Amino acid sequence: MSQTDLYTLAGAALFIIGLYGLMTRPHLLHKVLALNISSAGVFFVLVGIARRVPGTTPDPLPHAMVLTGIVVTVSSTAFALALAKRIYSETGIAALDASDVDAEENAGG
Amino acid sequence: MGKVTPRSPRAIRIAALAICGGVGAFLARAVLAIPETEPGLAPLVAANLEASGVKNAVTAVLLNFRGYDTLLEIAVLMLATIGVLSLSVTQSGTWDPIAVRADPVLSALTRFLAPIMILVSGYLLWAGEHAPGGAFQAGSVLGAAGVLLALSGYARPAWLSRFALRAAISVGFIVFLAVAIGEMIAGGLLLEYPADLAKTLMLLVETWLTVSIGAILVSLFIASASPAEELRMRSGGDR
Amino acid sequence: MAEWIMRQLPALIILVPFTAAPLAYLLGTRFGRPVGFISALLSQPLAVLLAITVMREGTLRYEVGGWGGPLGIDLVADGLTATMVLVTTVVGLFVTIYALGYFGDRERYRFFWPLWLFLWGSLLALFFSGDIFNLYVCLELVSMSAVALVGLTLRREALVAAMRYMLAAILGSLFYLFGVALIYGAFGSVDMQTLREIVRADTTAQAALALMTVGLVLKTALFPLHFWLPPAHSNAPSPVSAVLSALVVKGSFYILVRLWVDVAQPMAFPGVSTVLGILGATAIIWGSLQAFRQERLKMLVAYSTVAQIGYLFLMFPLVTGGGQAATDAWMGGIFHAVSHALAKSAMFLAAGLVLARFGHDRIDGLAGLSRRAPMTAMAFGLAGVTMMGLPPSGGFVAKWLLIRASIEAGQWWWAVIVVTGGLLAAAYVFRVVGPFFSREPEGIDDLDLDPGRSPWAMEGATLALAIGALLLGVLGQPLLDLIMVSAPALVAGVTP
Repeated sequence: MSQTDLYTLAGAALFIIGLYGLMTRPHLLHKVLALNISSAGVFFVLVGIARRVPGTTPDPLPHAMVLTGIVVTVSSTAFALALAKRIYSETGIAALDASDVDAEENAGG
Repeated sequence: MGKVTPRSPRAIRIAALAICGGVGAFLARAVLAIPETEPGLAPLVAANLEASGVKNAVTAVLLNFRGYDTLLEIAVLMLATIGVLSLSVTQSGTWDPIAVRADPVLSALTRFLAPIMILVSGYLLWAGEHAPGGAFQAGSVLGAAGVLLALSGYARPAWLSRFALRAAISVGFIVFLAVAIGEMIAGGLLLEYPADLAKTLMLLVETWLTVSIGAILVSLFIASASPAEELRMRSGGDR
Repeated sequence: MAEWIMRQLPALIILVPFTAAPLAYLLGTRFGRPVGFISALLSQPLAVLLAITVMREGTLRYEVGGWGGPLGIDLVADGLTATMVLVTTVVGLFVTIYALGYFGDRERYRFFWPLWLFLWGSLLALFFSGDIFNLYVCLELVSMSAVALVGLTLRREALVAAMRYMLAAILGSLFYLFGVALIYGAFGSVDMQTLREIVRADTTAQAALALMTVGLVLKTALFPLHFWLPPAHSNAPSPVSAVLSALVVKGSFYILVRLWVDVAQPMAFPGVSTVLGILGATAIIWGSLQAFRQERLKMLVAYSTVAQIGYLFLMFPLVTGGGQAATDAWMGGIFHAVSHALAKSAMFLAAGLVLARFGHDRIDGLAGLSRRAPMTAMAFGLAGVTMMGLPPSGGFVAKWLLIRASIEAGQWWWAVIVVTGGLLAAAYVFRVVGPFFSREPEGIDDLDLDPGRSPWAMEGATLALAIGALLLGVLGQPLLDLIMVSAPALVAGVTP
């Protein structure tokens, strides 16, 4: 398995780990983090592609794409976090549905 | 405040596992099939590198060959900032920097670190011409310096009015636009750098981009940093 | 000077809103509104000029940076692009006029103008882009500005809807980006013109197309990935709802069409096109039924969008076979996107007028609206005519073309769906519009919640859009011609 394959497979794995987290975790912060993990996965794939021809200098285009992708991800993460923060301050619950509140935890409180 | 359940019900978890497993297998097959002989655009970039005005291939791609992407990227950053600011609007329609209890050790460290970080940022900006570096890297370090200052309890200085901050946030994009439009007026196409001025213009653009990115990152942090309770109390019944 | 404008046209069109946006932000509320208005006005003649030039000379190609693809990024304007730019500019102008009145000069909505101008610019950049990675950045711009606009009112339902929309949008973009990465890995280029020539169906490429399709389908809210749309479109401020339903969903749809019919066409597998068609048909039926059940006007209109998006996807199975069916399906689908944009924006703007004047949008409480707000009721009714697909509206022309295409392709079942969809649309439109005109006003007190707002401009803009949708049916031939300019080989009746 070449170095490229290692990176791209790792990227694919990260992508679906993030996807799983997005689908199964109700907390908004966890969802945002899950999407970040998936983004990292896509960047891994791009970095792997940059090196796919062995023995040459890496291809600059995927590197530029990753840089752009990181900036875009930072921007959307910042915005999503601010949105989550605002939702928490308005509703008291950091989730999309009010039904995701832990009833057991609150029964005692 | 309600505490959110840590994970979804079992049925959803099993369905998610099945979907992710399927997608994962699909992706693995796809990435393993990527050919190893495709050189991509590297040869084209190398061939045109001298004409681009800089020596580092990635900077050339980012600022020159695909400068349009970078222009849109700055728009994304500005957009995110405006979005975050719109979410932090309190009853008075403004936002205030966080007031953090000053920790003497942190303050001392910051007094030492912040100037160094600004220097490093300047170096990274300059280095981008021939090595990894450039506006984004420099801007990040500048932003980190700003966040460190904010966290250490340094209040917003009087000269940094709201308008000044807004100007700092916008200036990078505006300068980039001005250069791009200027090139159009001078007879070229959008973002077509004249060969002899390419290096100078790119440095000019990158410098103001650095300022903006630093200001943006600091604003993103400060505007979201108010404790949630404080936000709710301040916004009250603002509907 | 004139030649300079002609030479720089694509860049100019994109630059007008992108220059106005930071100015609107920097100069604050007082100047944001005039900047927005001037930008909207300037865009009109430029878009018309583009349409005329494309009609006369065919595809325009603009090489940003002077490098040209595949090294640089190209802006490309064929008939499809010119059509989308035109509809974006027209809807944008009327929404701007409406928004001037709707938001007034209140401080708390001051971020509307920079956000709206960024959204406008991003949509235009998207339609012109000839580079699939550039499209990723445009998609992110569009989504982020749209989400920020949804949450503008800071009401809790709007914030939650915005969050759901943001998460779905980011996920969609990530799927799309993964596909772009794979395409670059397989073919070594992200430039559409280059890809058109070298693309072939191998494992990586097909996987890439699948990934990009999933991401874009999520962003276009095709059933069953539509869950984020009804809350987002109904809880946004009304001018924003209008733009979301009319333009934003069409952006990701446009990219899907580019990929499937144009650039990656050799890789398109008929099985998947049929699946897209089936999902579209389900969207039509399910969306219309859900619309009928709604109690609030804006939710009804939002579900109507879910249904109408379904019609767009009927294009895919009908295009794959080529021939006259493909040409008709192409024209029908794009024409539907345009007429829906005009009519749906009119509907949302009308709903906004109802909300602004009467304080609620409960359908049961709007009887006799025609007596209190005649222009609003008429605008809504005319827009409904397009939704139903009655002659002589634009909706009718689009549906008729789709029916003709499905019969020519031998896939007559899609025609049945189109007709059924029209009947279902009639059900939910009449549910709302019937009481407007037939009963005495009851429970509508003209609260005139905001005496500062001047309704005339707002009502005029709403009515103009609704009438425009109707006029498309009568005067639509030039638009059909524009849509066919430099159309992809598959639909142009040209053997590739």
